[in-house]
Amino acid sequence: MSAPSQVPGSVEEADAADTAVTATEGRGDAANRSLRQIAWQRLRRDKVAMVSGVVVVLLILAALLAPLLTKWFGHPPTQFNQDLIDPSRRIPYLDPENPELGVDRWGGISSDHLLGVEPTTGRDLFSRILYGAQISLLVAFLATLVCVAIGTALGIIAGYMGGWVDTIISRAMDIFLAFPLVLFAIALVGVIPEGVMGLTGNGLRIGVIVFIIGFFNWPYIARIVRGQTLALREREFVEAAKSLGAGNGHILVKEILPNLVTPIIVYSTLLIPTNILFEAALSFLGVGINPPTPSWGKMLSEAVPFYQQAPYFIIFPGMAIFITVLAFNLFGDGLRDAFDPRTSD
Amino acid sequence: MIPGAPPPPTAMLNYILRRLGAGLLLLTVVTAVTFWIFYVLPRWAGVTPQGMAAMYVGKAPTPEALEATVERLGLDQPVAVQFVEFIRSILFGQEFTFGRETVECAAPCLGYSFTTNSPVLPQILDRLPVTMSLGLGAAVIWVVGGVSVGVLSAVKKGSIFDRLAMGTALIGVSLPIYFTGLLALSFLVHQWGLFPVSRYVPLTEDPVGWYQVMLLPWITLAFLHAAQYARQTRAGMLETLNEDYIRTARAKGLSERKVIFKHALRPTLTPIVTILGLDIGMVLGGAILTEKVFSLNGVGAYAIDSIVSKDLPVVLGVTLLGAVFIVVCNLIVDLLYPVVDPRVRLAK
Repeated sequence: MSAPSQVPGSVEEADAADTAVTATEGRGDAANRSLRQIAWQRLRRDKVAMVSGVVVVLLILAALLAPLLTKWFGHPPTQFNQDLIDPSRRIPYLDPENPELGVDRWGGISSDHLLGVEPTTGRDLFSRILYGAQISLLVAFLATLVCVAIGTALGIIAGYMGGWVDTIISRAMDIFLAFPLVLFAIALVGVIPEGVMGLTGNGLRIGVIVFIIGFFNWPYIARIVRGQTLALREREFVEAAKSLGAGNGHILVKEILPNLVTPIIVYSTLLIPTNILFEAALSFLGVGINPPTPSWGKMLSEAVPFYQQAPYFIIFPGMAIFITVLAFNLFGDGLRDAFDPRTSD
Repeated sequence: MIPGAPPPPTAMLNYILRRLGAGLLLLTVVTAVTFWIFYVLPRWAGVTPQGMAAMYVGKAPTPEALEATVERLGLDQPVAVQFVEFIRSILFGQEFTFGRETVECAAPCLGYSFTTNSPVLPQILDRLPVTMSLGLGAAVIWVVGGVSVGVLSAVKKGSIFDRLAMGTALIGVSLPIYFTGLLALSFLVHQWGLFPVSRYVPLTEDPVGWYQVMLLPWITLAFLHAAQYARQTRAGMLETLNEDYIRTARAKGLSERKVIFKHALRPTLTPIVTILGLDIGMVLGGAILTEKVFSLNGVGAYAIDSIVSKDLPVVLGVTLLGAVFIVVCNLIVDLLYPVVDPRVRLAK
């Protein structure tokens, strides 16, 4: 690869990927532990990674159990509670029983509404943030899945075949990373009609976001996979399979792919927060998830007119995004360090 | 070739030509993809030529008018013909006839808005100063801030400063700009009054006012990027500081300052310059989120507003221009490369 065409982080990541492969052997038989066991031990000692891992699990659980949690602690996310709102200023009363006490800058937090209620509509913020987690994680996971599928397929082919195939795919990676992604997403929302492939409304919007991320962000995964494959294809077991008459398909799928599972999982974890931010950004701009379905980004854009009188309405959805993204980032960093053979025990 | 020997001038020329070729290729591909998104994908998704016409000109009063638009825009032509037309319009301009009136969209015609009845490029260029002020100003802050924090962190690895800086950087990359921006507006501007509430004024009219308005958007946008630059710089510096030639430089008695700034920092800057090219290119194509949050009427805000008003040609124009910026910035970086890192010239 010529230096000028490098893209952020590629050198470092490719290096880490290369060494990760070669180090699997040496260390493993010396201590009689597999790389996965070593990594798990390291991960357990990494407090930051463990805590963020727990947060990630809790977030996923919260998203999955959103219907139950809102039943116990909140109200349906689309239920209007306009009796809690001062109709003239459109923000919640301090005490709905005594409207003369005025309005609450902190959004009417009570045991009934744990995070208060939205301005104007009075919808329960707690349940909207929970349901927002559903959308956010759903989009991020689906998009990451598409990236991984395309990235793995192309990366493994580029790394294994080499030659002009590799040149074309590597060039394509550079080109795809140079696209103005947000603009493309905005454009797609503008040109794709309702009802494509039976998708309408938010189903369609989710489809568009997943498509745009999957279709344009696969190079991040492809780079890692390509680097790993380059190292793997020189290994003895590949040689052995070849000499036994195995075809390319068999070698790629049965011999090389299983060795790529770990790095793919590690880098997928680091791709998820990027995708969460992307969905939230599009929703904030009004080209992502549409109301009344709750989405963190959309909530923040609805908070814009109230940023003076009701800052809580910025803080809660914003913190939801921040905590989720930070947890995934920290956990992903921890995973990467744990599997990185250059980290010493 | 002997390493270290000055490269023959032909090598340099070769390099420049190769990079120019690569830039041109990138531009062609991005243009083709943009065309595909706007003209081919909708057709695959089942939009009729009439439907496409309606998307580009807004709902026409009669089916006949719509049919006329289809004809005028050539939307019923085969994709290949449309693509050639599309490219020709960009290169040589285009004319549209409305009854007896003919309007011209001069080259480079990035599209014609039927909502405002004017070519889109001049309108986009009108808003470019805002976006440029935002992007370039923020870039200065994030490069200087990010790189110096990264260098300090690497030099004082493990110190309290390093930990704090890297912690902050990690938080920085996890904070979306529409959150920090809104928080800044809510607290720094409205509650504490640290920054003035004012509208954008051009640099040429009122430099002080311009600076005051732009400062908060700059800091907000820069914070996000600075985090990434600090992390990258620190990682690069730590790697270079372990190199043999650094030991040599120290052994021959160079001052630590010289070792760090002259010998260690330079190779670290190579990947930084690459990212910078991409980032500035992206930002010039519209720092959409920042512009929206701070109500700056820039290119990005124009694109998103045009989606709301269903003025699709504007979105197409901004997308194309954004792609051009990315390609041009990449090209500039490629050409700067041999200056930053002389080894590049020797590469094949």
